[in-house]
Amino acid sequence: MTARPDIAVVGAGPAGMAAAVAAAEAGAHVMVFDEQPGPGGQIYRAIETPGPAGDAVLGADYAAGRGLSRAFRDSGAEYLPGATVWQVSPDREVGVSVDGRARIIKAGAVIVAGGALERPFPIPGWTLPGVMTAGAAQIALKASGLAAADAVFAGTGPLLYLIVDQYLKAGVPVRAVLETTPWSAYLGALPRLPGALLRAGKLRQGLGYIRAIRDAGVPVIRGVSGLAVAGDGRAERVAYTHGGHRHEIAAEHVFVHQGVVPNVNLTRSIGCRHDWDPAQACWRVATDAWGATDVAGIFAAGDGAHVGGAEAARLGGQLAALGALCTIGRIDAAVRNNRGAPIQHALAWELRPRPFLDALYRPAAADRVPAGDDVVVCRCEEVTAGEVRATAALGCLGPNQLKSFCRAGMGPCQGRLCALTVTELLAEATGRPPDAVGDFRRRPPVKPLRLAELAALEPDDTDGGDAGP
Amino acid sequence: MFTEIATDPGAPTVTIVFEGREIATRAGATVAAALLAAGELHFRDTPVGAERRGPYCLMGVCFDCLVEIDGEPNRQACMATVRDGMRVERQRGAAGIGP
Ligand SMILES: Cc1cc2nc3c(=O)[nH]c(=O)nc-3n(C[C@H](O)[C@@H](O)[C@H](O)COP(=O)(O)OP(=O)(O)OC[C@H]3O[C@@H](n4cnc5c(N)ncnc54)[C@H](O)[C@@H]3O)c2cc1C
Ligand code: FES
Repeated sequence: MTARPDIAVVGAGPAGMAAAVAAAEAGAHVMVFDEQPGPGGQIYRAIETPGPAGDAVLGADYAAGRGLSRAFRDSGAEYLPGATVWQVSPDREVGVSVDGRARIIKAGAVIVAGGALERPFPIPGWTLPGVMTAGAAQIALKASGLAAADAVFAGTGPLLYLIVDQYLKAGVPVRAVLETTPWSAYLGALPRLPGALLRAGKLRQGLGYIRAIRDAGVPVIRGVSGLAVAGDGRAERVAYTHGGHRHEIAAEHVFVHQGVVPNVNLTRSIGCRHDWDPAQACWRVATDAWGATDVAGIFAAGDGAHVGGAEAARLGGQLAALGALCTIGRIDAAVRNNRGAPIQHALAWELRPRPFLDALYRPAAADRVPAGDDVVVCRCEEVTAGEVRATAALGCLGPNQLKSFCRAGMGPCQGRLCALTVTELLAEATGRPPDAVGDFRRRPPVKPLRLAELAALEPDDTDGGDAGP
Repeated sequence: MFTEIATDPGAPTVTIVFEGREIATRAGATVAAALLAAGELHFRDTPVGAERRGPYCLMGVCFDCLVEIDGEPNRQACMATVRDGMRVERQRGAAGIGP
């Protein structure tokens, strides 16, 4: 490993790759860490190692990532695949493990571009083997060419349709799509339609998926509520309410999805300020126009900062690179502003349809905060909605207090799969806004760190600025 | 069950052992992909309710795919790559993240 980098980038998705290209172009020494075996992030996963599911299955938006990954490879940025970042300190020390060896690397600035994760979908039976996220189904398809025939897809959001469409293009039969978009969402989205219509192409793409799914003969059942999966030790059937009646479909594989939300664990653990985003019903790290957080030298970009999609992530990565270059003194503010202006313009354009999409695909309250007391909220510690409510009734006001009462959020996922539910549950139970309820504190390591790795840890092995081991 | 959408007979394979069962899989696959392709959905048992769990996210965030690999517990099957002769067991104890 080489000298202390000017800029460290966590994540090699569209945001991280674009940030690295822009920073390296300006002559900075850039190091990029990503735990995946290759670049691409979520949207362009396995872009360099096409499996059986090629571009014909994954589509043009996927194939478009090849240009960026090539530019990234050619950029001169130092890229470490298979590199898991388990800590970033407020003074920009990056704790990372590669090949079973942990090290700490100090950077002039750090750009966190760790991406989003799928919003928790706490329904009865969501912990049964066979229930996975639609994104998981897509990961299996992209990275391993694996697919499960006759699955039921349930939920809402553009990604759900995209993934069903990819399944169908791969020739994999789909049993049904259970659409949970509440009717009220269509009304709520309507006033925001004019802004979105300026980007009609984007909207048409979504409608195209839905048409293709219907044309393939897959039942698309709209306005579904009360999803529940049941089975003996694994998913066997999924029940739902539609048109005032309960229905049931047999399914061994149920792929659920209700949008993506920023993965805030790393930025939280650094101590950056986060705010509740009422439109997307999630936490997001507070940044300025250049992605700078309130912790000096720490930047955030892409869907991990604010969900806006891959193109917005790419542009956000470029802006964060300019911000970081300015902070470390590589460019001055005038140059930053000058180069940044057209990117900011493009980003605003890219985000035009967002308010409409956010309103339309905002999951129903009942799918975010389970009505049933026996629904598991914290998968790791097996804590139910009822236990959280009971704890609130005892006077527990916030997520961190909740931990000591019932262990919710204390498992290995560190709240990734329950934090949003817990915040909204406590908000509902205590009659306070989510911002006042707050979020779990997250502490490093934010990723598993093995004993052998810790034992071999050499503190800041790039100190002194010369070649490392 | 998860199956390959196209088979490539020439692709190199490795063999891992899951709960005593030999599973042939693609070199470079994740442990989770190998087990899923072999029809396994049950990766661990929860410590409190003794419930069966399996992979949920396949991207390293849910920790429901935890298995024991070559004697080491708390390994995320979706993040670990197969190696010839690797021994994988269901995780039955408490789940954890750090040492
Ligand atoms: C499962 C899933 C599938 C998706 N599929 C699509 C799709 O097909 N089409 C689409 O338009 N959008 C998709 N999205 C939405 C996605 O958020 C894209 O908009 C886009 O990938 C965002 O780019 P990004 O660079 O911000 O983050 P990402 O592309 O998510 O990239 C983040 C990268 O950071 C790495 N990383 C995160 N934390 C760490 C860490 N601690 N240490 C090391 N590396 C780390 C990850 O491995 C990842 O490669 C998907 C989202 C998810 C969650
Ligand atoms: S399946 Fe979620 S962490 Fe592995």
